[in-house]
Amino acid sequence: MAHQVSIFAENKPGRIEKLTRLFTEASINIRAITISSANGFGVIKVLVDQPHKAFEILRGQGIPSYLQEVIAVIMEDLPGGLHRVAEVLAENSINIEDAYGFVVMSGKNAILIIQVESQPRAQSVLERNNFQLLTDEEIYKY
Amino acid sequence: MYWEKEIETLDREQLTQLQSKRLQETMQRASKTSYYKKLFEQLHIQPEKISTLKDLQNIPPTTKEDLRSGFPYGFLATPLEEVVRLHSSSGTTGVPAIIYHSVSDINSWSNLVARSLYGVGVRKNDIFQNMMSYGLFTGGLGMHYGAEKIGTLVIPIAAGNSKRQIWFLKNFQTTVIHIIPSYALLLSNLIKSEGLDSSRDLNLKIMLIGAEPHSEETRQRIEELYQAKAFNSYGLSEMNGPGVAFECAYQNGLHVWEDAYFLEIVNPKTLEPCPAGELGEMILTNLNRQATPILRYRTKDLAYWIDEPCPCGRTHYRISRIQGRTDDMFIYHGVNIFPIQIDKVLMNNPEVGSNYLITLERKDLRDTMKVEIEIKPELFIGDLPKLERLRERIQAEIRSETLVTPEITLVEPGTLPTTEGKAVRVVDKRQL
Ligand SMILES: [Zn+2]
Repeated sequence: MAHQVSIFAENKPGRIEKLTRLFTEASINIRAITISSANGFGVIKVLVDQPHKAFEILRGQGIPSYLQEVIAVIMEDLPGGLHRVAEVLAENSINIEDAYGFVVMSGKNAILIIQVESQPRAQSVLERNNFQLLTDEEIYKY
Repeated sequence: MYWEKEIETLDREQLTQLQSKRLQETMQRASKTSYYKKLFEQLHIQPEKISTLKDLQNIPPTTKEDLRSGFPYGFLATPLEEVVRLHSSSGTTGVPAIIYHSVSDINSWSNLVARSLYGVGVRKNDIFQNMMSYGLFTGGLGMHYGAEKIGTLVIPIAAGNSKRQIWFLKNFQTTVIHIIPSYALLLSNLIKSEGLDSSRDLNLKIMLIGAEPHSEETRQRIEELYQAKAFNSYGLSEMNGPGVAFECAYQNGLHVWEDAYFLEIVNPKTLEPCPAGELGEMILTNLNRQATPILRYRTKDLAYWIDEPCPCGRTHYRISRIQGRTDDMFIYHGVNIFPIQIDKVLMNNPEVGSNYLITLERKDLRDTMKVEIEIKPELFIGDLPKLERLRERIQAEIRSETLVTPEITLVEPGTLPTTEGKAVRVVDKRQL
């Protein structure tokens, strides 16, 4: 099982810089980062190699943060793969709350991160359909 | 539970008689002051003819400006050598309004505070940390004297220096505190960030909160944060200070100490008396003050009468919590709004943190109202749509409470300006 850390941030300059600085100081590597924002504020989601440590550091700073389990799927090509995952989940009536993908170093594979309502069920459904799910450590092997 | 059973439970008829008798004495004292002497002459008022509370209404109200105009001795009714202390009201500019106290004034004031504190359970074996300013401001010294009268151990720590406050709270296992409600909200964050848990590491039982209007929702939140009972305290320096009106154990309105004060609640425009339940301005008259008797003082504080008897058995009438001040109301798009209305909405939402700020601006000849709200870190679950729904819900709740729709922004905790004194809740930039 993989973990994601979400951070509340105002839409103001310097917010990403502050995060990356805190992580660098603690030797935490960022694998992926997404930002979504609305009326003056937003949520930054990061995938890091030490999510629990990252979460503790942010909380210690009084920064509103949240640690949660997400599904990380490794696949060969992102667009087609995304469609197949979405299809399987839809067939099983599992709502996708958020999803993002990134291409890993080798350039050949992509990792898709999916946030769903019913995490354990989604996991078993995907495993049954022969998708390969990754843990926090495994994400960094690619 | 009563400090002075007889006076606190005196039947209404006797209480009214006592008020009339004391009003006559007050009229005599007032006629010795140069301000009222002149006023009575100008209006052909014979002080000895004012013997009922109805007669009192022939006297025009005294305003803060009147008190200032009487500087330095215009309201002094005794020789200066009888005076043992003076206080002044928190005037921002110009000449302050000075209130003089004789020995008996200090004693009777302290007694009213002791009565208030005893009524909510403060006892001799309590440890009382007084987090209000000492000095000319009456909140600190007024409460101090009352608590000492009960025999509690008083820690006169005064306002500010949060780290030291927390150190004393923890190391003396303080049981009672006197604190400004907005500061109580901020201090609880600092207690947490010191790694302390209010219910595990502190021993607070009773909180006396006052000196700024606050909503019932704010009180409930404070009680939850500190795991202690919070009681609303009302007073103003022109009427001594704390101990004018105080909540009892039932926490449902404040008993006005009618043996010491005569209260009118009036429509601030017409000065017509308001029936129970109708919001109006409080006008107070001292009934037993020797050195500075003030008649019909316009407090600018807004409250309403509660006319049901209180289950605690006290006969002194109750008023609602202070709903605002005639001068902190602001007008936005033609609607009268009190900050407490917004306070109520915000404090009712658990996702809202301890600080918020209302800003009014004029952009391109149009007024805008923005409410910035710090979110509570513990309740953030990483979900932007949920925050967006929170924003919309708060906006809708403010609209249904005030009839206007402000712009709502959620901000990071600890980013809005804070103060260890009274909180700045409204910034009105429209006149600048
Ligand atoms: Zn009562």
